Amino acid sequence: MWKYIVRRIISGLAVLLGVSVLTFSLTFFTPGDPARTILRKQMGGRSPSQAAIERFREANGLNDSIPVQYVNWVTDVMQGDLGASYHSETAVTTLIGQNLMPTVELAVAGLAVALVVAIPTGVISAVHKGGRLDYGSQVLALLGLSMPNFWLGYLLMLVFAVQLGVLPTHGFGTFGHLVLPAVTLGTGMAAVITRLLRSSMLEVLDEEYIQTARSKGLKERIVVYKHTLRNALIPVITIVGLQFGYLLNGAVIIEMVFQRPGLGSLLIDAIFARNYPVVQGLVLIVAVVFVVTNLLVDITYRYVDPRISLGGGGE
Amino acid sequence: MTDEPTVSDRLKSIGDRLRSVGVQARSKLGEARSRLVAAYHSRPVRQFRSNTLNVIGLVIVLTLILTAIFAPMLAPHDPEEQHLRDRLEGPSAEHPLGTDQLGQDVLSRLIFGARVSLKIGVAVVGISLAIGTAVGVTAGYAGGYVDEGLMRLVDVLLAFPGLLLALVIAGILGPSLTNIMIALAIVGWTSYARVVRGSVLSVKEEEYVKASQLMGTGRLRIVGRHVLPNVMGPVVVLATLDMATVILSTAGLSFLGLGAQPPTPEWGTMISEGRYYLRSAWWVVNFPGLAIMFAVLGFNLLGDGLRDVLDPREEESVQNKGL
Repeated sequence: MWKYIVRRIISGLAVLLGVSVLTFSLTFFTPGDPARTILRKQMGGRSPSQAAIERFREANGLNDSIPVQYVNWVTDVMQGDLGASYHSETAVTTLIGQNLMPTVELAVAGLAVALVVAIPTGVISAVHKGGRLDYGSQVLALLGLSMPNFWLGYLLMLVFAVQLGVLPTHGFGTFGHLVLPAVTLGTGMAAVITRLLRSSMLEVLDEEYIQTARSKGLKERIVVYKHTLRNALIPVITIVGLQFGYLLNGAVIIEMVFQRPGLGSLLIDAIFARNYPVVQGLVLIVAVVFVVTNLLVDITYRYVDPRISLGGGGE
Repeated sequence: MTDEPTVSDRLKSIGDRLRSVGVQARSKLGEARSRLVAAYHSRPVRQFRSNTLNVIGLVIVLTLILTAIFAPMLAPHDPEEQHLRDRLEGPSAEHPLGTDQLGQDVLSRLIFGARVSLKIGVAVVGISLAIGTAVGVTAGYAGGYVDEGLMRLVDVLLAFPGLLLALVIAGILGPSLTNIMIALAIVGWTSYARVVRGSVLSVKEEEYVKASQLMGTGRLRIVGRHVLPNVMGPVVVLATLDMATVILSTAGLSFLGLGAQPPTPEWGTMISEGRYYLRSAWWVVNFPGLAIMFAVLGFNLLGDGLRDVLDPREEESVQNKGL
């Protein structure tokens, strides 16, 4: 067990090292000199003088050799310093902190919508396997998976905000502002969870203890909801938890559609403004959180169920 | 009396020749037809068409491909021709799906948009497939440090959730369809590498491969003869589902302004440009949305159907909904 944990942590650290190198090198994909680009922006479109560019490069350590820049950057990151935004001089960590809550709010609300829709649908689908209800809900799930969320957002906006006028089209702050974005985000997730839950339910329904419960004469409803659903939900919740990182993808688009503040808008604004410290900081944090959760889940799984053999990391 | 063949003789011989060509052609046709009929009744095809959804998927994908090929013939107007006087006109006989904010015909733009989406899809899936197969075969076959190194690289790329990395790379490279293609391929090859590597590892242990090795067959030959045919099924399934993902991602990135730039008729860009007119002209946003949904749905359905037939071992895996 310990040997496994140590091995898993080492391979996790190796991945994190790779992640840091990749994140750091993102800047070098860029065509053109960031110093010039940023100064031009700061000076309102006028071309900066060579001396000003040189001063900027010196101040931001852009003149050091690339390995030195990398080591400096990693050292700072380890100390919780992700650098400052090129534009406002605000620390990247502060910017992320300011934008964290709206995205978390959106993610949690989206997940809630998804679970409310997906749990009954998945259960009904599994219980009526092969029947019309199953067929119908599988088609719905496929439509949900295939629908681009940016279009769904505008469709909902058109119906509920423009036509019916019951909800605001965009903005942020009240509960009403959260409804449409949450439904938009939740739809895709609901589709994924429905499919997962259906196959998980079908697996559990085949287990012997379910047959035992049935042969004891328990009501079908109790068998389904108490015995089967409970057990079927465990793997589903794990996967959903792991997928939380994917929510940021959804957030980028949905925050743009509904003009909400949040990590997604922060990222997309930073990308267009070539504000690299912000881009790097966000990407790094998301990846680190993602790797660490994966690691924890793997280890917990192994701990809870020793039958699971996960093999040496990443196999 | 001369030896020269008469005109009627010549005509007769030409006629005979023509007839024999005809007979040959007919028998070839018959052969092809009976082969088609046999294929239609073969087990995998029967299994595929037993599920209506699979057939719907195939029909959608074929429609999409034909639309893309014959776009210039199908489109009623030039997709980039602007008529500012006819801006935002509702659906009519002249413009079945209306016109957009620049007076361009929405239907024609959708039809040409199929070209853009399929082109990007095929390019990204093709590149990913090539890189992924090469890396997977190398890693699986070489083993040891090579395998370890390559798979850690895959892990690093997979440490970025969904399309986050593609989004950032496309953003940094600058907005264009080519850059989206590069970004999606950089991110996309990893899943192919994993699948191929897994197959190589299991095939490597098979008796017939070992026997072949002992007989001195070269490595490349073993890969070509035994490994690649075995991995075809799962890879074809993966590539089909991947088409759906790539089409959705391309539209999403274009919607964010990172991909196709106007006036290119790209579905995501059309939604992005049309969104300001949601109140006055619902058709500008909703028809491209429908187009994206049908294209993605088609490839998803087809992929699911192919999996039932080609890759029965694979459990239903739920693909990550990227953007």
